[in-house]
Amino acid sequence: MNWQPTATAQILSLRAALLAQIRGFFAAQQVLEVETPVLSGAANTDPQIESFTTNLSGSGKAPGRTLYLQTSPEFPMKRLVAAGSGPIYQICRAFRQGETGRYHNPEFTLLEWYRPGFNLQRLMNEVEQLARLLLEPHMELDNSERLSYQQAFEHYAGLNPHHASIKQLVGCAQRHGTGNVTGLAEDDRDGWLNLLMSHIIQPQLGQQRLTFVFDYPASQAALARIRPGNPSVADRFELFLNGVELANGFHELTDATEQRNRFVSELQQRTLAGKPAVPIDEQLLSALENGLPDCAGVAMGLDRLLMFASGVTTLGETLCFPIDRA
Amino acid sequence: MATYSTNEFKRGLKVMLDGDPAAIVENEFVKPGKGQAFNRVKLRNLKTGRIIERTFKSGESIEAADVVETEMQYLYNDGEAWHFMHPDTFEQLAANEVVVADAKMWLKEQDICILTLWNGAPLSVTPPNHVTLKVIETEPGVRGDTATGGNKPATLETGATVQVPLFVNEGELIKVDTRTGEYVSRIRE
Repeated sequence: MNWQPTATAQILSLRAALLAQIRGFFAAQQVLEVETPVLSGAANTDPQIESFTTNLSGSGKAPGRTLYLQTSPEFPMKRLVAAGSGPIYQICRAFRQGETGRYHNPEFTLLEWYRPGFNLQRLMNEVEQLARLLLEPHMELDNSERLSYQQAFEHYAGLNPHHASIKQLVGCAQRHGTGNVTGLAEDDRDGWLNLLMSHIIQPQLGQQRLTFVFDYPASQAALARIRPGNPSVADRFELFLNGVELANGFHELTDATEQRNRFVSELQQRTLAGKPAVPIDEQLLSALENGLPDCAGVAMGLDRLLMFASGVTTLGETLCFPIDRA
Repeated sequence: MATYSTNEFKRGLKVMLDGDPAAIVENEFVKPGKGQAFNRVKLRNLKTGRIIERTFKSGESIEAADVVETEMQYLYNDGEAWHFMHPDTFEQLAANEVVVADAKMWLKEQDICILTLWNGAPLSVTPPNHVTLKVIETEPGVRGDTATGGNKPATLETGATVQVPLFVNEGELIKVDTRTGEYVSRIRE
Protein backbone atom coordinates (compact mmCIF):
# COMPACT_ATOMS: atom_id res chain seq x y z
CA MET A 1 0.00 0.00 0.00
CA ASN A 2 1.02 3.59 -0.73
CA TRP A 3 0.53 4.68 2.86
CA GLN A 4 3.37 7.18 3.00
CA PRO A 5 2.97 10.93 2.46
CA THR A 6 3.97 12.43 -0.89
CA ALA A 7 5.04 15.77 0.60
CA THR A 8 8.51 15.86 2.17
CA ALA A 9 8.92 16.80 5.82
CA GLN A 10 10.49 20.05 4.60
CA ILE A 11 7.42 20.99 2.56
CA LEU A 12 5.11 20.11 5.45
CA SER A 13 6.98 22.46 7.76
CA LEU A 14 6.96 25.15 5.08
CA ARG A 15 3.17 24.75 4.88
CA ALA A 16 2.90 25.25 8.62
CA ALA A 17 5.17 28.31 8.43
CA LEU A 18 3.10 29.88 5.63
CA LEU A 19 -0.11 29.37 7.62
CA ALA A 20 1.50 31.08 10.62
CA GLN A 21 2.70 33.97 8.42
CA ILE A 22 -0.76 34.45 6.94
CA ARG A 23 -2.35 34.51 10.39
CA GLY A 24 0.25 37.04 11.53
CA PHE A 25 -0.36 39.21 8.45
CA PHE A 26 -4.11 39.39 9.03
CA ALA A 27 -3.80 39.84 12.78
CA ALA A 28 -1.63 42.90 12.11
CA GLN A 29 -4.28 44.25 9.70
CA GLN A 30 -7.00 43.53 12.24
CA VAL A 31 -8.85 41.17 9.94
CA LEU A 32 -10.80 38.59 11.92
CA GLU A 33 -10.25 34.87 11.35
CA VAL A 34 -13.56 32.99 11.01
CA GLU A 35 -14.78 29.45 10.41
CA THR A 36 -17.95 28.69 8.47
CA PRO A 37 -19.59 25.30 7.77
CA VAL A 38 -18.13 23.06 5.09
CA LEU A 39 -21.59 21.50 4.58
CA SER A 40 -24.44 23.49 3.11
CA GLY A 41 -28.03 22.89 2.09
CA ALA A 42 -27.42 25.04 -0.99
CA ALA A 43 -24.79 24.66 -3.66
CA ASN A 44 -22.75 26.56 -6.18
CA THR A 45 -24.87 27.01 -9.33
CA ASP A 46 -21.82 27.73 -11.54
CA PRO A 47 -22.25 25.33 -14.49
CA GLN A 48 -18.47 24.75 -14.61
CA ILE A 49 -18.15 23.70 -10.97
CA GLU A 50 -19.58 20.48 -9.52
CA SER A 51 -20.20 20.01 -5.81
CA PHE A 52 -19.74 16.81 -3.83
CA THR A 53 -22.95 15.74 -2.15
CA THR A 54 -23.56 13.89 1.07
CA ASN A 55 -26.54 12.94 3.16
CA LEU A 56 -27.56 14.06 6.63
CA SER A 57 -29.53 11.50 8.59
CA GLY A 58 -31.53 12.29 11.71
CA SER A 59 -32.86 15.45 10.14
CA GLY A 60 -36.47 14.45 10.77
CA LYS A 61 -36.99 13.22 7.22
CA ALA A 62 -36.78 9.55 6.32
CA PRO A 63 -34.51 9.84 3.27
CA GLY A 64 -32.31 12.31 5.11
CA ARG A 65 -31.32 15.70 3.76
CA THR A 66 -28.94 16.28 0.84
CA LEU A 67 -26.04 18.49 1.79
CA TYR A 68 -23.30 19.90 -0.42
CA LEU A 69 -19.63 20.27 0.42
CA GLN A 70 -18.56 23.85 -0.20
CA THR A 71 -16.73 24.66 -3.43
CA SER A 72 -15.59 27.85 -1.66
CA PRO A 73 -16.66 29.56 1.59
CA GLU A 74 -17.95 32.58 -0.31
CA PHE A 75 -21.68 32.45 0.55
CA PRO A 76 -21.48 32.00 4.34
CA MET A 77 -18.63 34.54 4.55
CA LYS A 78 -20.77 37.12 2.74
CA ARG A 79 -23.56 36.39 5.22
CA LEU A 80 -21.13 37.23 8.01
CA VAL A 81 -20.10 40.47 6.29
CA ALA A 82 -23.82 41.33 5.80
CA ALA A 83 -24.31 40.70 9.52
CA GLY A 84 -21.68 43.35 10.26
CA SER A 85 -18.58 41.26 10.91
CA GLY A 86 -16.23 43.80 9.33
CA PRO A 87 -13.14 42.46 7.50
CA ILE A 88 -12.80 38.65 7.79
CA TYR A 89 -10.61 35.87 6.49
CA GLN A 90 -10.76 32.10 6.51
CA ILE A 91 -8.36 29.27 5.77
CA CYS A 92 -10.42 26.24 4.84
CA ARG A 93 -10.81 23.21 2.67
CA ALA A 94 -12.86 23.51 -0.54
CA PHE A 95 -14.12 20.58 -2.60
CA ARG A 96 -14.68 20.33 -6.33
CA GLN A 97 -15.92 17.20 -8.01
CA GLY A 98 -13.88 15.88 -10.94
CA GLU A 99 -10.96 18.31 -10.69
CA THR A 100 -7.80 16.23 -10.66
CA GLY A 101 -4.61 17.13 -12.46
CA ARG A 102 -1.14 18.56 -12.18
CA TYR A 103 -2.49 21.72 -10.53
CA HIS A 104 -5.77 20.34 -9.19
CA ASN A 105 -6.82 18.10 -6.32
CA PRO A 106 -10.55 17.58 -5.63
CA GLU A 107 -10.05 18.93 -2.10
CA PHE A 108 -7.71 21.85 -1.62
CA THR A 109 -6.91 24.64 0.79
CA LEU A 110 -8.28 28.10 0.15
CA LEU A 111 -7.47 31.37 1.82
CA GLU A 112 -10.44 33.65 1.33
CA TRP A 113 -10.91 37.15 2.65
CA TYR A 114 -13.41 40.04 2.47
CA ARG A 115 -12.66 43.72 2.80
CA PRO A 116 -15.63 46.09 3.30
CA GLY A 117 -14.95 49.47 1.69
CA PHE A 118 -12.16 48.18 -0.56
CA ASN A 119 -12.26 48.57 -4.32
CA LEU A 120 -10.47 46.11 -6.59
CA GLN A 121 -7.27 48.16 -6.83
CA ARG A 122 -6.87 48.25 -3.05
CA LEU A 123 -7.55 44.54 -2.80
CA MET A 124 -4.99 43.78 -5.53
CA ASN A 125 -2.47 45.85 -3.57
CA GLU A 126 -3.13 43.77 -0.47
CA VAL A 127 -2.98 40.48 -2.40
CA GLU A 128 0.37 41.54 -3.84
CA GLN A 129 1.69 42.52 -0.41
CA LEU A 130 0.74 39.14 1.07
CA ALA A 131 1.98 37.11 -1.93
CA ARG A 132 5.35 38.88 -1.80
CA LEU A 133 5.61 38.33 1.93
CA LEU A 134 5.02 34.59 1.47
CA LEU A 135 6.99 33.98 -1.74
CA GLU A 136 9.97 36.33 -1.71
CA PRO A 137 11.96 34.45 0.94
CA HIS A 138 11.86 31.46 -1.48
CA MET A 139 11.98 32.89 -5.00
CA GLU A 140 12.93 36.04 -6.88
CA LEU A 141 10.05 38.09 -8.21
CA ASP A 142 10.32 40.85 -10.81
CA ASN A 143 8.11 43.94 -10.63
CA SER A 144 4.45 43.00 -10.64
CA GLU A 145 2.30 43.60 -13.66
CA ARG A 146 -1.37 44.53 -14.11
CA LEU A 147 -3.02 43.86 -17.45
CA SER A 148 -6.62 44.21 -18.46
CA TYR A 149 -8.15 41.08 -20.02
CA GLN A 150 -8.14 43.00 -23.29
CA GLN A 151 -4.44 43.92 -23.00
CA ALA A 152 -3.53 40.30 -22.22
CA PHE A 153 -5.39 39.08 -25.31
CA GLU A 154 -3.98 41.80 -27.56
CA HIS A 155 -0.45 41.13 -26.40
CA TYR A 156 -0.41 37.32 -26.37
CA ALA A 157 -3.12 36.37 -28.91
CA GLY A 158 -3.20 39.45 -31.14
CA LEU A 159 -6.92 40.11 -30.90
CA ASN A 160 -9.47 42.16 -29.00
CA PRO A 161 -11.52 39.72 -26.87
CA HIS A 162 -14.51 42.06 -26.64
CA HIS A 163 -14.87 42.78 -30.36
CA ALA A 164 -13.39 39.77 -32.18
CA SER A 165 -15.91 37.51 -33.91
CA ILE A 166 -16.11 33.87 -32.82
CA LYS A 167 -14.66 33.01 -36.24
CA GLN A 168 -11.59 35.10 -35.38
CA LEU A 169 -11.29 33.38 -31.99
CA VAL A 170 -11.42 29.95 -33.69
CA GLY A 171 -8.92 31.12 -36.32
CA CYS A 172 -6.54 32.22 -33.57
CA ALA A 173 -6.84 28.84 -31.86
CA GLN A 174 -6.12 27.11 -35.18
CA ARG A 175 -3.00 29.19 -35.79
CA HIS A 176 -1.76 28.06 -32.38
CA GLY A 177 -2.53 24.41 -33.17
CA THR A 178 -5.47 24.05 -30.78
CA GLY A 179 -8.36 24.67 -33.17
CA ASN A 180 -9.70 21.13 -33.00
CA VAL A 181 -11.71 20.92 -29.79
CA THR A 182 -14.08 18.02 -29.29
CA GLY A 183 -17.37 19.22 -27.83
CA LEU A 184 -16.85 22.98 -28.04
CA ALA A 185 -19.83 24.50 -29.87
CA GLU A 186 -19.22 26.96 -32.70
CA ASP A 187 -21.36 29.60 -31.03
CA ASP A 188 -19.87 29.22 -27.52
CA ARG A 189 -18.08 32.57 -27.37
CA ASP A 190 -16.97 32.28 -23.74
CA GLY A 191 -15.90 28.69 -24.36
CA TRP A 192 -13.49 29.82 -27.10
CA LEU A 193 -12.28 32.76 -24.99
CA ASN A 194 -11.61 30.28 -22.17
CA LEU A 195 -9.75 28.02 -24.58
CA LEU A 196 -7.50 30.85 -25.80
CA MET A 197 -6.97 32.00 -22.21
CA SER A 198 -6.09 28.58 -20.81
CA HIS A 199 -4.08 27.21 -23.77
CA ILE A 200 -2.31 30.23 -25.25
CA ILE A 201 -2.33 33.25 -22.94
CA GLN A 202 -2.25 31.92 -19.38
CA PRO A 203 0.90 29.76 -19.84
CA GLN A 204 2.79 32.99 -20.66
CA LEU A 205 1.43 35.09 -17.79
CA GLY A 206 3.42 35.91 -14.68
CA GLN A 207 6.85 34.64 -15.71
CA GLN A 208 8.87 35.15 -12.49
CA ARG A 209 6.43 37.88 -11.51
CA LEU A 210 2.94 38.43 -10.16
CA THR A 211 0.62 39.29 -13.04
CA PHE A 212 -2.89 40.53 -12.30
CA VAL A 213 -5.49 40.33 -15.06
CA PHE A 214 -8.60 42.48 -14.52
CA ASP A 215 -11.73 43.73 -16.34
CA TYR A 216 -13.04 40.36 -17.52
CA PRO A 217 -15.87 40.19 -20.07
CA ALA A 218 -19.25 40.85 -18.42
CA SER A 219 -20.32 37.35 -19.51
CA GLN A 220 -17.64 35.94 -17.18
CA ALA A 221 -18.58 38.01 -14.15
CA ALA A 222 -19.36 35.06 -11.83
CA LEU A 223 -20.11 36.88 -8.54
CA ALA A 224 -18.49 40.19 -9.41
CA ARG A 225 -20.34 43.40 -10.12
CA ILE A 226 -20.46 44.60 -13.72
CA ARG A 227 -19.10 48.05 -14.52
CA PRO A 228 -21.21 49.57 -17.30
CA GLY A 229 -19.30 51.01 -20.24
CA ASN A 230 -18.29 50.16 -23.78
CA PRO A 231 -17.72 47.33 -23.39
CA SER A 232 -19.17 46.63 -19.95
CA VAL A 233 -16.69 44.61 -17.93
CA ALA A 234 -16.75 42.49 -14.79
CA ASP A 235 -15.01 44.07 -11.80
CA ARG A 236 -12.94 40.98 -11.24
CA PHE A 237 -9.26 39.99 -11.26
CA GLU A 238 -7.13 36.89 -11.33
CA LEU A 239 -3.52 36.58 -10.23
CA PHE A 240 -1.02 34.46 -12.17
CA LEU A 241 2.49 33.28 -11.39
CA ASN A 242 4.51 31.26 -13.88
CA GLY A 243 1.38 30.51 -15.89
CA VAL A 244 -0.60 29.21 -12.91
CA GLU A 245 -3.66 30.92 -11.46
CA LEU A 246 -3.14 31.76 -7.78
CA ALA A 247 -6.11 33.94 -6.85
CA ASN A 248 -9.46 35.21 -8.04
CA GLY A 249 -11.00 38.42 -6.68
CA PHE A 250 -14.26 40.30 -7.07
CA HIS A 251 -15.68 43.68 -6.32
CA GLU A 252 -18.64 41.84 -4.89
CA LEU A 253 -22.10 41.93 -6.38
CA THR A 254 -24.42 43.27 -3.65
CA ASP A 255 -27.66 43.53 -5.65
CA ALA A 256 -29.97 40.69 -4.53
CA THR A 257 -32.18 40.80 -7.64
CA GLU A 258 -29.21 40.70 -10.00
CA GLN A 259 -27.70 37.86 -7.94
CA ARG A 260 -30.95 35.85 -8.15
CA ASN A 261 -31.10 36.40 -11.92
CA ARG A 262 -27.55 35.09 -12.28
CA PHE A 263 -28.35 32.01 -10.18
CA VAL A 264 -31.45 31.28 -12.28
CA SER A 265 -29.56 31.82 -15.53
CA GLU A 266 -26.79 29.45 -14.35
CA LEU A 267 -29.38 26.83 -13.42
CA GLN A 268 -30.80 27.10 -16.95
CA GLN A 269 -27.30 26.61 -18.39
CA ARG A 270 -26.88 23.55 -16.16
CA THR A 271 -30.13 22.07 -17.48
CA LEU A 272 -29.08 22.73 -21.09
CA ALA A 273 -25.73 21.04 -20.46
CA GLY A 274 -27.44 18.04 -18.84
CA LYS A 275 -25.90 18.80 -15.45
CA PRO A 276 -27.79 18.28 -12.18
CA ALA A 277 -29.89 21.15 -10.87
CA VAL A 278 -28.84 22.34 -7.40
CA PRO A 279 -30.61 24.41 -4.74
CA ILE A 280 -30.01 28.17 -4.86
CA ASP A 281 -28.62 29.69 -1.66
CA GLU A 282 -31.70 31.55 -0.43
CA GLN A 283 -29.90 32.51 2.77
CA LEU A 284 -27.28 34.40 0.79
CA LEU A 285 -30.04 36.16 -1.18
CA SER A 286 -31.79 37.14 2.08
CA ALA A 287 -28.50 38.52 3.37
CA LEU A 288 -28.04 40.55 0.17
CA GLU A 289 -31.62 41.84 0.46
CA ASN A 290 -30.86 42.86 4.00
CA GLY A 291 -27.78 44.68 2.72
CA LEU A 292 -24.22 43.55 2.02
CA PRO A 293 -21.76 46.42 2.60
CA ASP A 294 -19.80 47.47 -0.45
CA CYS A 295 -16.82 45.10 -0.34
CA ALA A 296 -14.17 43.27 -2.30
CA GLY A 297 -13.22 39.64 -1.72
CA VAL A 298 -10.60 37.22 -2.96
CA ALA A 299 -9.79 33.51 -2.80
CA MET A 300 -6.19 32.30 -3.01
CA GLY A 301 -5.09 28.71 -3.59
CA LEU A 302 -2.64 27.96 -0.79
CA ASP A 303 -1.46 24.59 -2.15
CA ARG A 304 -0.40 26.28 -5.39
CA LEU A 305 1.29 29.06 -3.45
CA LEU A 306 3.18 26.44 -1.44
CA MET A 307 4.11 24.74 -4.71
CA PHE A 308 6.00 27.85 -5.80
CA ALA A 309 7.45 28.58 -2.36
CA SER A 310 8.86 25.04 -2.19
CA GLY A 311 9.96 24.86 -5.83
CA VAL A 312 8.07 21.68 -6.73
CA THR A 313 6.17 21.34 -10.00
CA THR A 314 3.00 19.45 -9.08
CA LEU A 315 0.30 20.20 -6.55
CA GLY A 316 0.42 16.63 -5.25
CA GLU A 317 3.92 17.21 -3.87
CA THR A 318 2.57 19.88 -1.51
CA LEU A 319 -0.11 17.60 -0.02
CA CYS A 320 0.60 14.88 2.47
CA PHE A 321 -1.99 12.65 0.85
CA PRO A 322 -3.31 13.64 -2.59
CA ILE A 323 -6.62 12.13 -3.72
CA ASP A 324 -5.15 8.84 -4.96
CA ARG A 325 -3.75 8.23 -1.46
CA ALA A 326 -6.68 9.74 0.43
CA MET B 1 -20.76 1.01 -28.14
CA ALA B 2 -18.46 1.57 -25.20
CA THR B 3 -17.35 5.13 -24.56
CA TYR B 4 -14.97 6.86 -22.17
CA SER B 5 -15.69 10.24 -20.56
CA THR B 6 -12.80 12.69 -20.16
CA ASN B 7 -13.05 11.85 -16.43
CA GLU B 8 -11.74 8.38 -17.27
CA PHE B 9 -8.83 9.57 -19.41
CA LYS B 10 -5.44 8.23 -18.36
CA ARG B 11 -2.21 7.14 -19.95
CA GLY B 12 -2.60 3.96 -21.99
CA LEU B 13 -6.37 4.23 -22.52
CA LYS B 14 -7.30 3.04 -26.04
CA VAL B 15 -9.84 5.19 -27.88
CA MET B 16 -11.08 5.84 -31.42
CA LEU B 17 -9.85 9.09 -32.94
CA ASP B 18 -10.88 10.13 -36.46
CA GLY B 19 -11.66 6.51 -37.32
CA ASP B 20 -8.31 5.12 -36.14
CA PRO B 21 -7.45 3.42 -32.86
CA ALA B 22 -5.24 5.57 -30.62
CA ALA B 23 -3.65 5.33 -27.18
CA ILE B 24 -3.56 8.22 -24.71
CA VAL B 25 0.05 9.20 -24.02
CA GLU B 26 -0.55 12.27 -21.87
CA ASN B 27 -3.67 13.83 -20.35
CA GLU B 28 -3.63 17.29 -18.79
CA PHE B 29 -6.62 18.82 -16.99
CA VAL B 30 -6.74 22.55 -17.73
CA LYS B 31 -9.22 24.90 -16.10
CA PRO B 32 -9.36 28.67 -15.97
CA GLY B 33 -10.39 29.90 -12.50
CA LYS B 34 -13.96 30.45 -13.58
CA GLY B 35 -15.02 28.87 -16.81
CA GLN B 36 -14.82 25.93 -19.11
CA ALA B 37 -12.47 23.07 -18.19
CA PHE B 38 -10.56 21.22 -20.89
CA ASN B 39 -8.52 18.06 -21.23
CA ARG B 40 -5.40 18.59 -23.36
CA VAL B 41 -4.49 15.18 -24.62
CA LYS B 42 -1.60 13.67 -26.54
CA LEU B 43 -2.50 10.45 -28.32
CA ARG B 44 -0.54 7.95 -30.41
CA ASN B 45 -2.28 6.74 -33.55
CA LEU B 46 -1.81 2.98 -33.22
CA LYS B 47 -1.82 2.45 -36.99
CA THR B 48 0.75 5.06 -37.97
CA GLY B 49 2.55 5.62 -34.67
CA ARG B 50 2.10 9.39 -35.09
CA ILE B 51 1.51 11.57 -32.04
CA ILE B 52 -1.58 13.77 -32.22
CA GLU B 53 -2.56 16.62 -29.89
CA ARG B 54 -6.24 17.15 -29.24
CA THR B 55 -8.30 19.19 -26.79
CA PHE B 56 -11.59 17.97 -25.34
CA LYS B 57 -14.19 19.99 -23.50
CA SER B 58 -14.22 18.27 -20.09
CA GLY B 59 -17.19 15.97 -19.69
CA GLU B 60 -17.23 14.94 -23.36
CA SER B 61 -17.11 11.27 -24.26
CA ILE B 62 -15.13 9.41 -26.88
CA GLU B 63 -15.62 5.97 -28.37
CA ALA B 64 -13.51 3.21 -26.84
CA ALA B 65 -11.24 1.20 -29.16
CA ASP B 66 -11.32 -2.58 -28.85
CA VAL B 67 -7.57 -2.93 -28.62
CA VAL B 68 -5.92 -5.79 -26.72
CA GLU B 69 -2.36 -7.02 -26.43
CA THR B 70 -1.78 -10.75 -26.56
CA GLU B 71 1.27 -13.02 -26.53
CA MET B 72 1.61 -15.15 -29.66
CA GLN B 73 4.23 -17.43 -31.13
CA TYR B 74 5.77 -16.52 -34.48
CA LEU B 75 5.46 -19.48 -36.89
CA TYR B 76 6.69 -18.60 -40.37
CA ASN B 77 6.62 -16.15 -43.24
CA ASP B 78 5.05 -17.32 -46.50
CA GLY B 79 6.50 -14.52 -48.60
CA GLU B 80 3.49 -12.27 -48.12
CA ALA B 81 2.30 -12.61 -44.57
CA TRP B 82 3.78 -13.39 -41.18
CA HIS B 83 1.90 -16.10 -39.31
CA PHE B 84 1.43 -16.25 -35.54
CA MET B 85 -0.22 -18.77 -33.25
CA HIS B 86 -1.83 -18.38 -29.85
CA PRO B 87 0.14 -20.82 -27.62
CA ASP B 88 -2.95 -21.96 -25.66
CA THR B 89 -5.78 -21.98 -28.18
CA PHE B 90 -3.61 -22.70 -31.26
CA GLU B 91 -5.64 -20.04 -33.04
CA GLN B 92 -3.62 -18.56 -35.92
CA LEU B 93 -3.41 -15.01 -37.24
CA ALA B 94 -1.63 -13.55 -40.27
CA ALA B 95 -0.07 -10.07 -40.24
CA ASN B 96 0.93 -8.17 -43.38
CA GLU B 97 4.14 -6.22 -43.93
CA VAL B 98 2.65 -2.87 -42.82
CA VAL B 99 1.63 -4.39 -39.48
CA VAL B 100 4.89 -6.26 -38.90
CA ALA B 101 6.94 -3.23 -40.00
CA ASP B 102 10.39 -3.04 -38.35
CA ALA B 103 9.64 -6.00 -36.11
CA LYS B 104 10.28 -8.33 -39.05
CA MET B 105 14.04 -7.82 -38.61
CA TRP B 106 13.84 -9.60 -35.26
CA LEU B 107 11.27 -12.33 -35.84
CA LYS B 108 12.66 -15.80 -35.34
CA GLU B 109 10.47 -18.85 -35.62
CA GLN B 110 9.12 -20.12 -32.27
CA ASP B 111 9.78 -16.82 -30.48
CA ILE B 112 6.94 -15.36 -28.41
CA CYS B 113 5.91 -11.85 -29.52
CA ILE B 114 3.25 -9.40 -28.39
CA LEU B 115 0.54 -8.76 -30.95
CA THR B 116 -1.67 -5.70 -30.57
CA LEU B 117 -5.08 -6.56 -31.95
CA TRP B 118 -7.80 -4.11 -32.99
CA ASN B 119 -11.24 -5.70 -33.33
CA GLY B 120 -9.37 -9.01 -33.39
CA ALA B 121 -7.08 -8.08 -36.32
CA PRO B 122 -3.34 -7.46 -35.89
CA LEU B 123 -2.38 -3.80 -35.57
CA SER B 124 1.27 -4.11 -34.61
CA VAL B 125 3.87 -6.66 -33.56
CA THR B 126 6.34 -6.18 -30.73
CA PRO B 127 9.25 -8.65 -30.76
CA PRO B 128 10.75 -9.94 -27.49
CA ASN B 129 13.08 -7.37 -25.86
CA HIS B 130 16.02 -9.74 -26.42
CA VAL B 131 16.43 -12.22 -29.26
CA THR B 132 19.18 -14.76 -29.99
CA LEU B 133 20.14 -14.82 -33.67
CA LYS B 134 22.83 -16.47 -35.78
CA VAL B 135 25.47 -14.39 -37.57
CA ILE B 136 25.45 -15.39 -41.25
CA GLU B 137 27.90 -12.87 -42.61
CA THR B 138 30.70 -10.76 -41.11
CA GLU B 139 34.41 -10.06 -41.57
CA PRO B 140 36.63 -12.78 -40.02
CA GLY B 141 37.10 -12.35 -36.27
CA VAL B 142 40.32 -11.24 -34.59
CA ARG B 143 41.27 -14.23 -32.45
CA GLY B 144 41.90 -13.53 -28.81
CA ASP B 145 40.78 -9.93 -29.11
CA THR B 146 37.97 -9.93 -26.55
CA ALA B 147 38.95 -6.81 -24.69
CA THR B 148 39.82 -3.91 -26.96
CA GLY B 149 37.12 -1.84 -28.60
CA GLY B 150 36.20 -1.69 -32.22
CA ASN B 151 33.10 -2.87 -34.05
CA LYS B 152 32.15 -4.28 -37.43
CA PRO B 153 28.81 -4.89 -39.15
CA ALA B 154 27.28 -8.37 -39.05
CA THR B 155 24.29 -9.69 -40.99
CA LEU B 156 21.98 -11.96 -38.98
CA GLU B 157 19.76 -14.85 -40.05
CA THR B 158 16.68 -12.61 -40.11
CA GLY B 159 18.34 -10.10 -42.43
CA ALA B 160 19.02 -7.51 -39.72
CA THR B 161 22.45 -5.84 -39.61
CA VAL B 162 23.97 -4.96 -36.24
CA GLN B 163 27.33 -3.69 -35.04
CA VAL B 164 29.25 -6.46 -33.24
CA PRO B 165 32.67 -6.62 -31.53
CA LEU B 166 35.63 -7.73 -33.68
CA PHE B 167 35.84 -11.20 -32.06
CA VAL B 168 32.39 -12.35 -33.28
CA ASN B 169 32.50 -14.90 -36.12
CA GLU B 170 30.13 -16.17 -38.75
CA GLY B 171 28.00 -19.05 -37.52
CA GLU B 172 28.00 -17.81 -33.91
CA LEU B 173 24.90 -16.86 -31.93
CA ILE B 174 24.52 -13.37 -30.47
CA LYS B 175 21.97 -11.73 -28.21
CA VAL B 176 20.46 -8.46 -29.48
CA ASP B 177 18.29 -5.86 -27.75
CA THR B 178 15.42 -5.30 -30.21
CA ARG B 179 14.44 -1.96 -28.64
CA THR B 180 17.78 -0.38 -29.53
CA GLY B 181 18.98 -2.76 -32.24
CA GLU B 182 22.24 -3.17 -30.31
CA TYR B 183 24.45 -6.19 -29.69
CA VAL B 184 24.30 -7.42 -26.06
CA SER B 185 26.52 -10.51 -25.86
CA ARG B 186 27.81 -13.62 -27.59
CA ILE B 187 25.99 -16.83 -26.75
CA ARG B 188 28.15 -19.93 -26.32
CA GLU B 189 26.29 -23.05 -27.27
